[in-house]
Amino acid sequence: MHDIRKINVMEGILDANDHIAEHINEHLSAHGVLVVNEMGAPGVGKTTTLKNIFKHLEGTGLKPYVIEGDIESDLDTHTLKNMGIDTHQINTHGECHLDAPMIDHMVDHMNFDEKGILFIENIGNLVCPAEFSIGEHVMMLISTVTEGSDKPYKYPLAFEKADLIILNKVDLIPYLDFDEDFYMKGVRALNKDVPVFKVSGKTGEGFEEVVAWLAERANKLEVKEHHHDHEHDHHGHEHHHHD
Amino acid sequence: MHEYPITLNIIKIAEKHCKEAGAQRVKKIKLVIGDYSGYVSDSVHMYFDLIGEGTLCEGAEIEIENVKPMLKCSQCGELFYKKLLSFECPKCGGEGGPTEIGKEFYVESIEVE
Repeated sequence: MHDIRKINVMEGILDANDHIAEHINEHLSAHGVLVVNEMGAPGVGKTTTLKNIFKHLEGTGLKPYVIEGDIESDLDTHTLKNMGIDTHQINTHGECHLDAPMIDHMVDHMNFDEKGILFIENIGNLVCPAEFSIGEHVMMLISTVTEGSDKPYKYPLAFEKADLIILNKVDLIPYLDFDEDFYMKGVRALNKDVPVFKVSGKTGEGFEEVVAWLAERANKLEVKEHHHDHEHDHHGHEHHHHD
Repeated sequence: MHEYPITLNIIKIAEKHCKEAGAQRVKKIKLVIGDYSGYVSDSVHMYFDLIGEGTLCEGAEIEIENVKPMLKCSQCGELFYKKLLSFECPKCGGEGGPTEIGKEFYVESIEVE
């Protein structure tokens, strides 16, 4: 007869995911690439937001990189590739979110030759993506006036975790009963200091400020490898890091 | 909505600790799961039977402690459960802010033999 023994485990179910996420974050930080996890419900304008951001990113010296997450299809990837954006597709085939191993695998196949911003467009879903870290520096939540002002109250985790909130489709406010005070009250209860930018993907208003905020964050990263400056970087430690 | 990969992780964690303890098999797994984890506890048994087959966890009992999210009042410090469309503190009327209560998502313990 075997005895039954109790073992204390106390191990996070997502610990393995989170370790890989940390690795992605460190790896891309060293390349001077800011990682932005873009999340929002289906139809809030995630791809349209990216297109508007790219217009203003020109001239900042930051190169845009994109990983498109979709359950199926690669329509958005085609659109962005046609704009000349370095875009890569992940199809999750039913999974409701991207996770760190998927991103790690993709990042290994990408070439981050210039400093810039990697935008990861998550699966259209306001619940699951909030729970899985994918190595982001910035969780960018796309919210809209058409969804209604009660969303912070109904999906608190997404609003709590956001580092940047974009309130899209503000050109439609005259046609809706969007209660901005109620919305902002909910946002502030969950996330005291998060910046909220009001934009319109249709008219393009408001994106300049979004890009200025992102560029400031991206320029704070300290590049730790200087392959393009120093030929000997791979041969040892004769060069000191600049940090 | 993502119970399959999560259940797989739970089994991996339990198997690892079972092996480390030099035990033969896992009899019971105790999980602590906050409502904000988005993990639907009801479906864990279904997936567990499916994925657990042929592992050290086959036939193990699953015990889940669910935790309801609580807010903390920014004025009086009261901990309370959120109402549907409000973050208002029931004690002083102040605004409640998020806490870690309700975000738990871990394997607390296992029983092995």
